[in-house]
Amino acid sequence: MKIAIIDYGSGNLRSAVKSFERAAHEIGSDAEIVLTSQVTEVAQADKIVLPGVGAFADCRAGLQKIEGMWAAIDEAVSRDKKPFLGICVGMQLMAEHGHEHETTAGFGWIKGDVRAIEPDDKSLKIPHMGWNTLNACKQHPVLENITTGDDGLHAYFVHSYHLIPGNREDVLAETQYGGTIFAAVAKDNMIGTQFHPEKSQELGLRLIGNFLKWTPDS
Amino acid sequence: MLKARIIPCLDVKDGRVVKGVNFVDLKDAGDPVESARAYDAAGADELCFLDITASHEKRGILIDVVRRTAECCFMPVTVGGGVKRTEDIRELLLAGADKVAMNTAAVLNPEFVRKASQKFGSQCIVVAVDAKRVSMPDEAPKWEIFTHGGRKPTGLDAIEFAEKVTALGAGELLLTSMDRDGTKIGFDLDLTRRISDAVAIPVIASGGVGNLDHLVDGITKGHASAVLAASIFHFGEYTIAEAKSHMAKAGIPMRL
Repeated sequence: MKIAIIDYGSGNLRSAVKSFERAAHEIGSDAEIVLTSQVTEVAQADKIVLPGVGAFADCRAGLQKIEGMWAAIDEAVSRDKKPFLGICVGMQLMAEHGHEHETTAGFGWIKGDVRAIEPDDKSLKIPHMGWNTLNACKQHPVLENITTGDDGLHAYFVHSYHLIPGNREDVLAETQYGGTIFAAVAKDNMIGTQFHPEKSQELGLRLIGNFLKWTPDS
Repeated sequence: MLKARIIPCLDVKDGRVVKGVNFVDLKDAGDPVESARAYDAAGADELCFLDITASHEKRGILIDVVRRTAECCFMPVTVGGGVKRTEDIRELLLAGADKVAMNTAAVLNPEFVRKASQKFGSQCIVVAVDAKRVSMPDEAPKWEIFTHGGRKPTGLDAIEFAEKVTALGAGELLLTSMDRDGTKIGFDLDLTRRISDAVAIPVIASGGVGNLDHLVDGITKGHASAVLAASIFHFGEYTIAEAKSHMAKAGIPMRL
């Protein structure tokens, strides 16, 4: 099994690769983890991971700078139904639009838009940065063996914008920060996490391991 | 609920931890990667490396330390020291750093903060604010920004500087009281609170931690989002778990 982590010049991808290698090792998987900016590798991969840090529009521009990449990801995910994991801005790009600085179109796989976090308590700091617990909104194989709720495991977040899904059934997990933050989405063969599994120690490695094991229902 | 963070900080020189870390049986107490791994296992919420290597030619050693750390630690790592150009930031991020702290470069050229945060995202740009009280005890308090490890005054007001770099796109401030650094008498809470209240971004309190109550004060009285400490952890006076449990008992939400 080949896992393509897409490299489009956005931030730190080394820790993402290392965490996938570690998670694969822990579950006894011989998955091959490739960091790639090649369209052909995306087409050949069995599963696709889209990380992302920075601004929504910059990430979209970074992907579009690689000829054919945007279309290749879209085809692999929406046509070929390959399992997909979007991380942070990689999750946000699954939405229809982003409204960070300017309005930009996303892949549109998940109904909804990406907007600034507006906590009820104005003294709360933005970015929402640090460790927070998750509340699971539905059952899903990627959450297997991950304790959620107030006494559950923690996920590491760092973001000022979040995806507000239009369909409630797409929400996989939420967290609380002066209101609800949509921490993860799941739809068909797609998963998106606003938090960084590659930085979330136990929770993160388990989630990545679950993603590696996961076969979506067709 | 979002938890307050405890961040152990390792001063690194020529690829070695200054003074060493002695809270567990490390084969090599001076190896930053071994120390990082031990803190990861001990439940630290993040880790900070401050490189105090004087020579730029030895930059490769730091990059190697960051790279090896990223192979074994799955928590956020901030790296500071000698960051002057966007190439320095890119190099550290590619090696595996999650955030990069800048100090002198932000003071000399605040536009660098804007450029860096636009290029890499605010989430990975930490501005290290080194402040020293310059007012007399009977005057209204005033703090000034110092560079070069607290040796060089700049004439800049610390609160105004903090507001300015926040507006330019910094994602977090690492606030160190140069008066308190190394004293073990606790954070400069007045300074910490004024800066935390003045900016919308998270502030990490640093400088002066001598006991666990100081960590509590940094959050409850200083309004910081995170606390950074070095020696109380490195030499085994307190474990990360003891610190967290003490803070939790004081009513601070912690990741236990």
